[in-house]
Amino acid sequence: MSILINKETKVLVQGITGRDGAFHTSKMKDYGTNIIGGISPGKGGSDVGGIHVFNTVEEAVKATGANVSVIFVPAPFAGDAILEASYAGVELVVCITEGVPVQDMMKTMPVLKQNGTKLIGANCPGLITPGECLIGILPGMIFKKGNVGLISRSGTLTYEVVNMLSESGLGQSTCVGIGGDPVSGLYFIDLLEMYENDPETDAVVLIGEIGGDAEEQAAAYIKEKMTKPVVAFIAGQSAPPGKRMGHAGAIISSGSGTAEEKIKAFNEAGVPVANEPGKIPGLVKEKLGI
Amino acid sequence: MKIHEYQARNLFRKYGIPVPDGVVCHSVEDVEKNVPNNDKLRVVKAQVHVGGRGKAGGVKLAKTKAEAVEKAGQILGMNIKGLTVEKVLVADAVDIEKEFYVGLINDRNSKSVTLMASAEGGVEIEEVARVSPEKIIKLSIDSTMGLMDWQARKIALQLFSDPNEMRQAAAILVKLYRLYVETDSSLAEINPLVLTPDKQVLAIDGKMNFDDNALFRQPEILKMREATEDEKKEIEANEKGLSYIKLDGNIGCMVNGAGLAMATMDMIKLYGGEPANFLDIGGSSSPQKVVEAMNILLSDSNVNAVMINIFGGITRCDDVARGLVTALKEIDTDIPVVIRLSGTNAKEGLEIIREFGLATVSTMSEAAQKAIELSRG
Repeated sequence: MSILINKETKVLVQGITGRDGAFHTSKMKDYGTNIIGGISPGKGGSDVGGIHVFNTVEEAVKATGANVSVIFVPAPFAGDAILEASYAGVELVVCITEGVPVQDMMKTMPVLKQNGTKLIGANCPGLITPGECLIGILPGMIFKKGNVGLISRSGTLTYEVVNMLSESGLGQSTCVGIGGDPVSGLYFIDLLEMYENDPETDAVVLIGEIGGDAEEQAAAYIKEKMTKPVVAFIAGQSAPPGKRMGHAGAIISSGSGTAEEKIKAFNEAGVPVANEPGKIPGLVKEKLGI
Repeated sequence: MKIHEYQARNLFRKYGIPVPDGVVCHSVEDVEKNVPNNDKLRVVKAQVHVGGRGKAGGVKLAKTKAEAVEKAGQILGMNIKGLTVEKVLVADAVDIEKEFYVGLINDRNSKSVTLMASAEGGVEIEEVARVSPEKIIKLSIDSTMGLMDWQARKIALQLFSDPNEMRQAAAILVKLYRLYVETDSSLAEINPLVLTPDKQVLAIDGKMNFDDNALFRQPEILKMREATEDEKKEIEANEKGLSYIKLDGNIGCMVNGAGLAMATMDMIKLYGGEPANFLDIGGSSSPQKVVEAMNILLSDSNVNAVMINIFGGITRCDDVARGLVTALKEIDTDIPVVIRLSGTNAKEGLEIIREFGLATVSTMSEAAQKAIELSRG
């Protein structure tokens, strides 16, 4: 078990003929991910590193039975790619593309809901169930199979933390990078619920950052519904208000979304917050009684 | 991206939202030349990209044209929260019977555009939200349908009891939504929306922000960009694929990834230092990018130590190290640099850096402490 993806997952790559799409497809394949097709409109029938290319997602799903699609198409077309995947009936769409206009993302939301499609991203590194399936741009070699779930709004900071967890002997069940945009797909609460119900996850690490109030909502959810321990970290404690810190979602404005408020909410929910990433593995071990 | 009030007013006009007459002036001569020759009551308002200009003395009433000229002279050149006032808006003052607030935002929670309205206008909406949240009416708008007329009327009915006033307000809401969507806005506020004694509903002050991710398809909006000096640097960095924000400290940071860059700044603060900037060099670490990043860092004269923090994922640390060495050979500086590499092939990477003769450390906390130490000489 794990959440969202495992060795049975069949993956399509939208934008497989692009530079990033082709590069990461080969990395995912090397990791052992079951990539069973790619999509590139107008290039159907061709081949990228031994993977068959289709013109449309619909065609690819019909031919292969794929249940997940990962998107590498450029930002102006990413919203449409998400819609195409949703209408083709995949269960999970992972959008790696950075810089997607917010309104394009908002347009996809009612459609995803209507079709029952789950979305991760946009502007995210993807997700991994170590040893089984890697979807996105995560560096597979730093992950280890284990019982810690991880959810993060960041990319490299996630790798940093995962590397520390793995080095201290804490493997991971599934790690999900939910992305740094203000409007995105699955968020903390959706994933916390999945981890709570996953028998192979014993503890969860949550990496949040400034902006919005998703961390506060997560804290309230943990307090009320979670039995498994959660350890948190918040990036951006020193960021000035009103400035966008790389991620479009990381803006503190008008007194909401500050690191202090988030840390306070977690502390009140009994969730320890590490003051630096290096302290996370120790806190997880403490919670697991190792 | 932010625009000035006068630019927001121009967009309001274009979309049929009524605003009082006004002219934007860059100088006292502009006021003399462009403001009509009559002695109406006018308001002279500083055009700067910060809130709280009224409290700072950037908004003044003028009873005559001569007084408008005088007040403009006082406001132009004024410093408001570190920004110099280069323009004023001289607008007709209107009598106000009642003030309201209406605004549209991209709401993270409902993942939709949300309309907010309140009978508590003219004050900061954040303050209303904090003190009496029940006084804010909220509506999440379905992106496939847009703001429907009946919804606009329903909101307007909660603010206006007179049918004629209600219709004027509802029409303004629908126009504001259309403007918002068509320009890829991320915030559009009318505060205050006013009712005049002769029962006209007017937008007195407006604020609009736009989604930076959508500027590629909004050439008209992009033309309105008036960047401050700091913002110009940020935009220049952006064009090179770097994300840079200047801060007030003295330790320059170069990091791959936004989250890690934020965590690096936090770490410097945690150990008693002050970060000079946020700088994310993105996923790839090509030597050229490092050189550009380094040049941007060192253009800030406050910087007296640099911390480079790289996590090698798919890009291996030894490749990153070679890039850093190539880049640092090109840059001539006495400012001490601390390099921390972690992740894939970190050992090999650190070896390459050490051979080049620079300080290396293996953890983020060590790097922060070392950079702080070096910055103190």
